[in-house]
Amino acid sequence: MTTETRKDLMHELGAEQLGLFLYQMVLIRRFEEKCGELYTKGKIRGFLHLYTGQEACAVGSINCLEPRDKILTHYRDHGHALARGLDPNRVMAELFGKATGVAGGRGGSMHLYDVEKGFLGGYAIVAAHLPLAVGLGVAAQMRREDFVTLCIFGDGSVGEGEFHEALNMAVLWNTPTIFFCENNLYGMGVPFKASLSTEIPKLAAAYNMPAVTVDGMDVLAVYEATREAVAHARAGKGPYFIEAMTYRYRGHSMADPELYRLKEEIEEAKRRDCIDRLRRQMTDAGMLDDAGYAEIEARAEAVVNEAVEFAERSPQPALETLFDHLYKEPAIG
Amino acid sequence: MRMRDALREALREEMLRDERIFLLGEDIGLYGGSYAVTKGLLEEFGEERVRDTPIAESAIVGIGIGAAMGGMHPMVEIMTINFSFLALDQIVNNAAKLLHMSNGQINVPLVIRMASGGGSQLAATHSHSLEGLYAHFPGLKVVCPSTPADAKGLLKRAFRDENTVIFIEHTANYGLRGEVPDDPDFLVEFGVANVVREGTDVTIVGYSGSVHQAIRAAQLLEEQEEISAEVIDLRTLRPLDIDTVVASVKKTNRAVVVEDAWKFGGFGGELAAQIMERAFDWLDAPVARVACKDVPLPYNRNLEFYALPSEEDVVEAVLGMFKE
Repeated sequence: MTTETRKDLMHELGAEQLGLFLYQMVLIRRFEEKCGELYTKGKIRGFLHLYTGQEACAVGSINCLEPRDKILTHYRDHGHALARGLDPNRVMAELFGKATGVAGGRGGSMHLYDVEKGFLGGYAIVAAHLPLAVGLGVAAQMRREDFVTLCIFGDGSVGEGEFHEALNMAVLWNTPTIFFCENNLYGMGVPFKASLSTEIPKLAAAYNMPAVTVDGMDVLAVYEATREAVAHARAGKGPYFIEAMTYRYRGHSMADPELYRLKEEIEEAKRRDCIDRLRRQMTDAGMLDDAGYAEIEARAEAVVNEAVEFAERSPQPALETLFDHLYKEPAIG
Repeated sequence: MRMRDALREALREEMLRDERIFLLGEDIGLYGGSYAVTKGLLEEFGEERVRDTPIAESAIVGIGIGAAMGGMHPMVEIMTINFSFLALDQIVNNAAKLLHMSNGQINVPLVIRMASGGGSQLAATHSHSLEGLYAHFPGLKVVCPSTPADAKGLLKRAFRDENTVIFIEHTANYGLRGEVPDDPDFLVEFGVANVVREGTDVTIVGYSGSVHQAIRAAQLLEEQEEISAEVIDLRTLRPLDIDTVVASVKKTNRAVVVEDAWKFGGFGGELAAQIMERAFDWLDAPVARVACKDVPLPYNRNLEFYALPSEEDVVEAVLGMFKE
């Protein structure tokens, strides 16, 4: 994106919308930092995959969607949930395993859901949700509904067979699916370059769908690309592929000692930080001042603190509910 | 009517009743289905509702799950149960678990039909009976019809269910003939075993193909040994109608479980354990198990039939219980 078109886009979106992007990114950053802290205190258990560094991907892409659209994502899903407007209290409560959580304490960090918001889940088997996204597209077509499905996954997915099966069938059946690959350069501890013998967009192009690579540390670039993808899919032109080049500041999970990368590499990525960048762009454009940014930070902090308090005081799920939701009662007739 | 025609009639009637239903799978359209179950449905319902897919079991099932999440009620055909392993992750980690993991928000109304069973010299990758494997997973329902009427009533019932139903058809049964009700609302309820034959001396429990071995064994026992065998067809493994089995065992005091699947870790072991848990004091002999020998099924006809359980094996197991 050139400086000129970026200015156009900033002007078009306006201070309020850009302020929302900035707020959401700061909220995700603070939320995740707090989660890391709570994990070391044992309040959050299990696997915890933090999203810090990748905020522009969630915020730039999800804000292109309408309320009727659907999202499927992977196990690093807190950022996507918050960008979609899931209640931070209930997301935090889920991480605490409480009854008030978005999955009643049954899903945990990797499995957040809010069907009313079209947030159809975090999926913790790599690439397993890609066919589901194609299936949602089939449903949209057959029901003559015009929702699109944003399917977010990591670069690790491209090694799985389902990645290829899903892309192929999405094109064959022309489904309104947006494949959004967050390429953070590592599949757990294996560098992306050691995992794939080609480049990701070439794979998508080989299946005959439009494929672009964008700077995933630039929320405006992500927004612009995803908006194009949504328009394409919504117009009945079929699937669209976006690779967003990003970086995670933390290890794969809290259990990761990060022996596979150098501190210098992380510092280098932080110099391209998505929050700093948008803040600078907005300041340069006269849309934000220091007081305005401080207000955003304070608001995010307050929301995170309230979420922790809510999660703390929420009840544990009752043991007698263990067998709830194993089967849905059949509607005979 | 043959079993395959009963199944087709069930699909056709349900598709006419509910426009959420559509079919997807390998060779189900132009080809008409490997076992001719879907023959003619493409012509009647068109390409949108009868979809030939690439050979990609995992994506086929995954797309079925996604479509179900999006408000449809798909049916996926997996040509042979052995191929379902390619889709096992989708079936187990998504279809079976989503309702629970999402705290009741996402259900997966999906019917997955699979052909299973040996006896046709198809060798080890196309012959196995793995019903018990699917019954192992909470969140799935597992249906194993043994007659054309049950096939129709159970398949129609599967489409009235809001959960994922694994519907397993024995390849040796497709040509089996029987009376089939033509009422479009004829349903066979899940979790209700069928007492196929009443008896007083021993209970023989089977499902799918093994029900027919059990019936023939019961006839042999009556004619040659004057032993009166009760035969129970489970119809569904999950939900399991253990009450009917236990009531029968309390009457006959002996139980034999028969299955085409491997013995080690098989569903027969589960049945035997439940019978012992609930009717131990009524048993005059340990529960006997008749099953496939623990070996991949060979191509050679003699070896294959030697590995598979036969009605003679059932007769032998019953006679063994009457020896002092």
